[in-house]
Amino acid sequence: MANATVIDTGRETDFSDYIALLKPRVMSLVVFTALVGLLVAPVSVNPVIGFASILFIAIGGGASGALNMWWDADIDRIMTRTQNRPIPAGRVTGYNAKLFGTWMSVIAVGMLGLTSNVFAAALLAFTIFFYAVVYTMWLKRSTPQNIVIGGAAGAFPPMIGWAVATGGVSVESILMFLLIFMWTPPHFWALALFMNDDYDAAGVPMLTVTHGKRSTRKHILVYTILLIPVALVLGFTSIGGPIYFAISLVLNAMFLAGAWKLYRRDEDVAIADGYKSERKVFRISLYYLFLHFVALLIEAGTKAMGVTWADWPQWV
Amino acid sequence: MSGADNNTTPTRKRNNMMLGLVLAAFVTLVFSITIAKMMAGQNMEATDHVRRPALEISE
Repeated sequence: MANATVIDTGRETDFSDYIALLKPRVMSLVVFTALVGLLVAPVSVNPVIGFASILFIAIGGGASGALNMWWDADIDRIMTRTQNRPIPAGRVTGYNAKLFGTWMSVIAVGMLGLTSNVFAAALLAFTIFFYAVVYTMWLKRSTPQNIVIGGAAGAFPPMIGWAVATGGVSVESILMFLLIFMWTPPHFWALALFMNDDYDAAGVPMLTVTHGKRSTRKHILVYTILLIPVALVLGFTSIGGPIYFAISLVLNAMFLAGAWKLYRRDEDVAIADGYKSERKVFRISLYYLFLHFVALLIEAGTKAMGVTWADWPQWV
Repeated sequence: MSGADNNTTPTRKRNNMMLGLVLAAFVTLVFSITIAKMMAGQNMEATDHVRRPALEISE
């Protein structure tokens, strides 16, 4: 090493930096919802095939996260929430993140196709494309509706899980998609209400920046009201049932009450108490989605144990 | 740079170890998938550059 030129780039790249590029926290949601989609499907899957499929879906989701961080490195440098990500912190170069994201996407889609079926792989490829290109490169910086349409990317995993088992689409998998799709806007806007300054500085057209917080509060309420029928209808499909419906009813009442409270609140009041209610609604929204999918798992579990609800109406 | 020089720092050595483990896990996973598919009785053969009449589905 006597003649080698050493370029000091701060800290040496660590294995964990590449793990961070895969956005592990987003990945946990992808894994969970895809797993539920796979488990509630009417076709049983070999455990090895199921495990491998979920892993490749997770890697695919993570790869789109790496591509997102490559493209957004300039705005990640500005926002305090994202300054410590591997690229803005100087631990991974943008070029390496791009290569990593691209190859992980190719491997994940290819392996999912070989492990399960072509349809599931195509759906995963479309999800990566949607998140990395449609949302990150196009919508995020151009329209305050970025969250609404971009939310579709996060909504695909249960559909992919369902496709791994069944090889296709059905009303149930579309309703699981819609549940996450409709949930994403109020969830993110609640976050944006108390993270506004960050998006403002980075010039990302969040609804709070372009239309103000009063309008955002109204949007949260409207989208929450639109979300409720989607969540409840799922109870009357082959994967729903009275347990799901009861849990859904409680969660929707809580979310709606929270959204209503945010709608009635004044900005001055919110600033005075440090956005206490906004933070609370954001937390409720996290439980809302998680517990809906837990409820679907419970229904699948009871069906597996032979419990059936003969009098429960099933529309589809 | 020769292979022996690749582990010059503790960080790099650990990175190489982790990458090795990931690759080993990947090999194990692909092997497990293969076994699972074979046990399910799926046809693992395919045409390999030349036509294989035996694999074609008869009408």
